Amino acid sequence: MEPVAAKIDLRALSVFYGETAALREVTMPVRAQQVTALIGPSGCGKTTLLRALNRMNDIIPHSRVEGDVWLDGHSILSPSTDVVALRRRVGMVFQKSNPFPMSVFDNVAYGLRINGVRDRREIAERVEESLRAAAIWSEVQDRLHAPALTLSGGQQQRLCIARALAIQPEVLLMDEPASALDPIATQRIEELILALKRTYTIVIVTHNMQQAARVSDVTAFLWMGQLIEQGRTEDVFTAPRERLTEAYVTGRFG
Amino acid sequence: MTRAAWMDRAFHALGLAVLAVALSALMFLLADVWRDGASRLSWAFVTGYPSRQASTAGLLPAVAGSLWLVVLAAAMAMPVGVGAAIALEEYAGRRRWARLVEINIANLAAVPSIIYGLLGLGLFVQALQLERTLIAGAATLALLMLPVVILTAREALKAVPLAQREAALALGSTKWQTIWHHVLPTAMPGLLTGLILAVSRVIGETAPLIVIGALTYVPFVPDGPSSPFTALPIQIFAWISRPGTAFRANAAAAILLLLGVLLVTNGIAIGVRDRAARRRVA
Repeated sequence: MEPVAAKIDLRALSVFYGETAALREVTMPVRAQQVTALIGPSGCGKTTLLRALNRMNDIIPHSRVEGDVWLDGHSILSPSTDVVALRRRVGMVFQKSNPFPMSVFDNVAYGLRINGVRDRREIAERVEESLRAAAIWSEVQDRLHAPALTLSGGQQQRLCIARALAIQPEVLLMDEPASALDPIATQRIEELILALKRTYTIVIVTHNMQQAARVSDVTAFLWMGQLIEQGRTEDVFTAPRERLTEAYVTGRFG
Repeated sequence: MTRAAWMDRAFHALGLAVLAVALSALMFLLADVWRDGASRLSWAFVTGYPSRQASTAGLLPAVAGSLWLVVLAAAMAMPVGVGAAIALEEYAGRRRWARLVEINIANLAAVPSIIYGLLGLGLFVQALQLERTLIAGAATLALLMLPVVILTAREALKAVPLAQREAALALGSTKWQTIWHHVLPTAMPGLLTGLILAVSRVIGETAPLIVIGALTYVPFVPDGPSSPFTALPIQIFAWISRPGTAFRANAAAAILLLLGVLLVTNGIAIGVRDRAARRRVA
């Protein structure tokens, strides 16, 4: 692969839940302004890896991390890391859309407000900007003050993306963002991902092999907590180096 | 009919029978009190002042005292109880001392109320020199409410979906912002339910108030937290212990009023809770 500086560098990263190793010594770079897809069977550690990148595993009791994750050349696991500041740089979209039980507008504005943005006009501008970036503006512009939970599932997920974008993160983590959506909503999310990668570094967990092939530049295949193979998506799908990878992407197990 | 279906019916009947027993005991109590006291219930009775004549004695100081007590006690118990629940549930984790505290709180909920009265007498009335005032009584009742408030508040906090906390944390909310902006509003209906339970428990409390020295003859409405006071259950107790049937009728009427006040406060609290719950969903 071309030597583009890595945005995120995983170095022998292991994650344990109690005595169980969910992730074993994963080493891989994540390059800026690319989409990196994490694939593998259920329980292989994809989501654990994703949640290590913004330290969401911290809130799981008895979780423990070894190794290191570097973001722009700084360890995010060192004791001096400000986790709150880290999460503002590394946004996240969850598998099941989880808008706050407040209005559409307030959902997106929330992140700005806790970041100290007070100016009402600036908030309004950035809410619109974010909703446009998440390709949902035209659908909600007339009901910005309606409760977010009245939106459809696909709209709620795009609202969650807008909410994550509003605080202008550098990295966007997506945990199966389309798994609960119908094909049309899924397609919109995929188009959105392709548009967003111009600005953001995106890491996406997906169970859907076609989706990984469609949206990602780099694919990493995990199996039982180990990184089996990672490389250009094209190569991983058409000429995998490992037999395990081949078996998985051709659907022989998983 | 199969055996299983027969058993099903039998249990259904048994359940109804047990319910009927419980309800009929309550109905009997109500009917008895109603027969004795209904004729004494009048606006003059509710707004009157105590008197040596049963027929002119009124309840106003006791009603006002009870309302003062409940409102002050709730105002003290709610923030302290919810704060304690947040500390235990959100910050303490699963450490051993947190478990220890948890068990002790559950135990405290079962301590007889008269013990709280003794504590209130020693702590508020004597050590803090609050004298026999509303504030001392309310603080004692607040202690009595705390275990219930803490236990129910913990359950309410626990019930807030993890997805909502994660959404807030992933946006870079601090733990406190997450709790203040998301967890507490979502838990609010549950917190209010706990408050209702606690208020229902203390509004009928007599023993602790007698211990700390609530008066039985108060010919005025309390004018502030540092006023001496009486309360409905104490007035009932005082009237029942007097000879003659006339005062017993007064006591029965006061019981009806106490039940009425309880019904109204519970009704208001449930209304507030349901409104809070609807707002969160809408």
